[in-house]
Amino acid sequence: MAPSDDTAPADARTWGEPVTDALKLRLHDAMVQARLIEETMIRMMRTGHGYFWIGGPGEEAWGVPLGLLVHKGTGPAHDFLHLHYRSSAIVLAMGAQPIDLLRQMRSTVTDPYSMGRNFVNHFAIRHWNIVPVTPTIETQYVSAPGTAWVQRRFGGIGVSIVNGGDAGTAEGDFASCLNWSTRPGQELPVLILIAQNNWGISTPAHQVQSSADLAQRAGGYGIPHRVVDGNDPIATYEALREALAWCRYERKPFCLQGNVARLYGHSSSSGALRHEEPDCVATFEARLVRESTLTEATARAVWDRWQTHIHAALEQVKTEPMPEREHVMLHVLAPAGSQN
Amino acid sequence: MATQAQAVRMALHYGEENLGVTDIFGEDVGAPLGGVFTCTQGLKTAWNAPLDERGIIGTALGIAYAGGRAVAEIQFCDYIFNCIDLLKLCGNVHWSSAGAYCVPLTVMTPVGAGIHGSMYHSHSFESMMTHVQGWKVVMPSNPLDTYGMLIAAMKEPNPVMVLLPKALMRTKGEEPIPGEPDDEKELNARINAPVGVDRTNWRPRWPDGLTDYTVPFGVARVRREGRNATVVSYGRHLNLCVQAADELSAEGLTFDVIDLRTLYPFDLPTVKASVEKTGRLLVVNEDTEVTNFGEHVLRRAIDEAFYSLEVPPRLLAGLDVPGVGLAWGYEQYSVPQAADVKAAMRAMATATT
Ligand SMILES: Cc1ncc(C[n+]2csc(CCOP(=O)(O)OP(=O)(O)O)c2C)c(N)n1
Repeated sequence: MAPSDDTAPADARTWGEPVTDALKLRLHDAMVQARLIEETMIRMMRTGHGYFWIGGPGEEAWGVPLGLLVHKGTGPAHDFLHLHYRSSAIVLAMGAQPIDLLRQMRSTVTDPYSMGRNFVNHFAIRHWNIVPVTPTIETQYVSAPGTAWVQRRFGGIGVSIVNGGDAGTAEGDFASCLNWSTRPGQELPVLILIAQNNWGISTPAHQVQSSADLAQRAGGYGIPHRVVDGNDPIATYEALREALAWCRYERKPFCLQGNVARLYGHSSSSGALRHEEPDCVATFEARLVRESTLTEATARAVWDRWQTHIHAALEQVKTEPMPEREHVMLHVLAPAGSQN
Repeated sequence: MATQAQAVRMALHYGEENLGVTDIFGEDVGAPLGGVFTCTQGLKTAWNAPLDERGIIGTALGIAYAGGRAVAEIQFCDYIFNCIDLLKLCGNVHWSSAGAYCVPLTVMTPVGAGIHGSMYHSHSFESMMTHVQGWKVVMPSNPLDTYGMLIAAMKEPNPVMVLLPKALMRTKGEEPIPGEPDDEKELNARINAPVGVDRTNWRPRWPDGLTDYTVPFGVARVRREGRNATVVSYGRHLNLCVQAADELSAEGLTFDVIDLRTLYPFDLPTVKASVEKTGRLLVVNEDTEVTNFGEHVLRRAIDEAFYSLEVPPRLLAGLDVPGVGLAWGYEQYSVPQAADVKAAMRAMATATT
């Protein structure tokens, strides 16, 4: 196992720093970054710099707090992340480089997550325990108990965090996750997240699920659960902090649902058009200005700084090579001696 | 001589002691049963999973991600079909992550007919499984190879599917597994859980001398050598081919009988060399005939050795029916039997050019 790149863990019971003005500014900064990258990638798709877009604009208030709270590193001492394709804010808040998302969007061979093989926002970052994002809905919920099982045996405070949408919870894999996390005496430290945006592509949740409170299903397995306003980064941060402390300290699962927005529709296949839904970045920014944590000018500066950064990254990505014939057969089978 | 089930047990014991195996799990795999075929009795890392095949494969994948090494069992391959997309995922992780992650994982599952198993204990799985990229797929025909291929699987950084012919589970080998006691009774007394009594305090007494005996993947074994035709098989039917070859020698017909052992990647050079020698090729298995793995072997042989072929190569396989029915006649007339194998081999050897 490769060594961790993280510092010594803090106390599990008081996991994460408390909410301060400085933290609010970090949340805002990371939310702006995530929004701008997603909007840039939508433009890339429209201007022929990518075949397909799917991502998480509208979920910044849900993703960024988690990114800041992850116990980052390699191996079972640290958190494992089993994410879905709307998780860019999480990964960017952890410190992923914007240029790498743009590389995957453009399918360049320099894309570090998949060498141009997978859709955008399909991360695989081994040094942070981010296991490959799967295009198959909900399968991340059956691999999470596996990493958590190793973490349970290992000891320490590492948690397996799994994130996905509301429609996908209809799959049996969601129930598998609840069941495998609660075998008596073998409970697992899994943070089970549900990003409830009320849609599965074009199907409204109320047509296919009896309740919008999906987290309550966890209650049937004895798992503590709650629903939080996923458009509010502070409420989300506090809820995640508590949930993670529970998983780290109790070594048991917790289920947290965040009610979120789908700001640009499902994907580029539905046009990636802006929808009339709550905009968590704008709302949070207005609140910070109202509270005088931020001035309009400093807010503007944050947007400008990221815009400049992303623009330069995009110009760079446009010059980078695409996969060629010699790349096709690379990594079909792992060579002897490979390990995770 | 050890049975196939005992071979599995001893290999897994070696794996958990020496090869970093952290978890051996599946339905009824842990104590007290130790597997419906007794393959996992007495193993210290064996545990009972919930009755959830997708949960089993998904958890095994997660264990691999986190640096563990699992051997997961699907109780019968007849119940693995709801896992196809997870098997696909296990097989594409390394490629899709551009080499960042690998999936060191062994899945074993009993396959095939021959035990009056009816519709859902008789399926074959090799044709589907060899279509799932990123896996190595093996199917042993005897206990020694079972041991050696499991050892190889537990050393692999890639997912390996070990298909165990269920009709051979209690069949003894002809060659001893290195380290197994000479006396069969002693072996049974040491590693078979007692029947009909409380097993709570039972512990196996593993043979001391078990070794790292490894059957490398992609290497076939020529079980009989001959002139008149090449017969390629694996698993249970390989034994029927060997038996038929021995019987047909009385008629003056001799065969190269090749036990493929590994189906992916399969040993094309050995098949090719033999076809170049005999000019005739028969592939035998019990999977249903349409889109059958044997068709792939035929296609590769045709690509590589077309001008050596004297007569059309053939596949003897199961009929294209939805399942193997329970009544004697259904199995008898849909799955190749010893007499069918012998007849097909004779026909191949004697077909006129
Ligand atoms: C197993 C599987 N079935 C179907 C699809 C096609 N698909 C992609 S996204 C999606 C909807 C998912 O909805 P939800 O889980 O609510 O997540 P959201 O996209 O709303 O964030 C579907 C049906 C898929 N990728 N995987």
